[in-house]
Amino acid sequence: MQQLFLDPLRFEFMQRAMLAAMLVGIISGVMGTYVVTRGMAFFGDALAHSVLPGVAAVFITGNTAPGALLLGGLVAGVLSALGIGILSQGRRLGEDTAIGIVFAGMLALGIALISSTRSYAVDLAHILIGNIQAVQGEDIVLMLIAGGAVLLFVVALYKELLVISFDPTLAKNLHLPAEGLRLALLVALAVTVVIGVQVAGVALVSALLVTPAATARFFAKRLHVMMIVAAFLGALSGVGGMYLSWHLSIAPSAAIVLLATGLFILAFLFSPRGGFIPSLLGRNSDIV
Amino acid sequence: MTEQGKSCNWALEINDLTVAYNSKPALWDVDLRVPEGVLLAIVGPNGAGKSTLIKATLDLIPRAAGSIRIYGKPYRQARNLVGYVPQRGSVDWDFPTSVLDVTMMGLYGKIGWFKRPGKKERELAMSALEQVGIAHLAHRQISQLSGGQQQRTFLARALVQDAQVYFMDEPFAAVDAVTERAIVNILKELRERGKTVIVVHHDLQTVRDYFDWVALLNVEMVAVGTVYEAFTNDNLRKTYGGRIAGIGAASGAIDVTSTRDSAEYAEVGDAV
Repeated sequence: MQQLFLDPLRFEFMQRAMLAAMLVGIISGVMGTYVVTRGMAFFGDALAHSVLPGVAAVFITGNTAPGALLLGGLVAGVLSALGIGILSQGRRLGEDTAIGIVFAGMLALGIALISSTRSYAVDLAHILIGNIQAVQGEDIVLMLIAGGAVLLFVVALYKELLVISFDPTLAKNLHLPAEGLRLALLVALAVTVVIGVQVAGVALVSALLVTPAATARFFAKRLHVMMIVAAFLGALSGVGGMYLSWHLSIAPSAAIVLLATGLFILAFLFSPRGGFIPSLLGRNSDIV
Repeated sequence: MTEQGKSCNWALEINDLTVAYNSKPALWDVDLRVPEGVLLAIVGPNGAGKSTLIKATLDLIPRAAGSIRIYGKPYRQARNLVGYVPQRGSVDWDFPTSVLDVTMMGLYGKIGWFKRPGKKERELAMSALEQVGIAHLAHRQISQLSGGQQQRTFLARALVQDAQVYFMDEPFAAVDAVTERAIVNILKELRERGKTVIVVHHDLQTVRDYFDWVALLNVEMVAVGTVYEAFTNDNLRKTYGGRIAGIGAASGAIDVTSTRDSAEYAEVGDAV
């Protein structure tokens, strides 16, 4: 039994991968709370796809410096987030339309860049499904810095972000810069997504944002509690997923997301507050 | 009324306010002067621009023209004198937050950046919740509130703002009779404390009982004044009868609503 847990840890790359998965799980869980409560799941997914040209540009220039991929993705992600934010200001374009345009355009640009290289298929696969075992020590340091900045942002501006998420009109009445805060939140989300891409890949990173936070919603009455629960579930899925991937020999990103999905299904079925089965039995405690 | 001579005594002064959605006027050249310490109802048919009037006053939507003054100061300099109770449907009531949290949001402007609400804020919020009669629900998640309790939560949030002028958008919409009476009592209490309350109202039957001033609005301001002076059959007919001249673009919308409201008007015609 002990062997099950210790076996993968013999390898340094697995230790690094687990640490990375845990960090990403925590940060995505916290930021995912905004994604779920503000109904931005489509935005998270789109953002993940829009980092592709940034990542691809670094890839084809052959820049192997640690953090180069992260930086490239960050530039593309932040630009996309700001682009979507600015396009959807006012009433000219619906937010989903703005997202659809930016996301597809950036994805196409990324594919165009990658398709110009010879190792097209392998590179694309790594970017799409993640390459967590290749995470270096320096990557972890960068994750810590970027993730730490995101968490600091959420903690420092907790009440301001709460108001603009729940009631943006009140935020304006209170003289808060609602539009600026919204853009800052989009940028923080972009940072989160870029950190997550290394672990889960472009295709699956939005699951890290959405799924643990959606699970946490079954257990939390207040936003900060939901954040803590989501961060815990994210970390659990990250580390647990790495073990699953090791023992079952499956792709790490898929294992992490499948574990997170499994936890969500359990909560959906059995949660005493709003769970499917308790509600079938007429035993929902959320009326109290 | 008696203080009309000194313009800075108006709690709210709106001059020449025009708001347009896609070049179609929603409000046309509206003037409104409200003295301190009155309860004013804004009434008018659907699409008359009642909510628009409040939102434009509070800078929540752009104005094509017009100026807003609160106690003689431009709105931007007088923001903390103003409290707002939006329509209940304007927020997501499934949001993971508690009644107490929502109430304390009214204080966020005063707490300042980066700081957390503390004991003092919690006490202020609790006393507001007691005032609206739902202190026992303070720790309940807002998704578990009835419509009336939601409205009371919004009211408590406005009360902690301790404003001088309150704007309320349909606070009586779809609440139970008990809540309606509770809200009326709070409005009267606010008036006793010298506050001014401006309420978008849809029930013409209760205007006389609940309010002392009334503004009859149908894109243009038809009449403003004490209920005794302004709430007349003649003015009601002008407001709800669809007989609005001079703004061709908007008259289509008014014609549509005027038939829907004519039943409501007919009832009131008897009451008046």
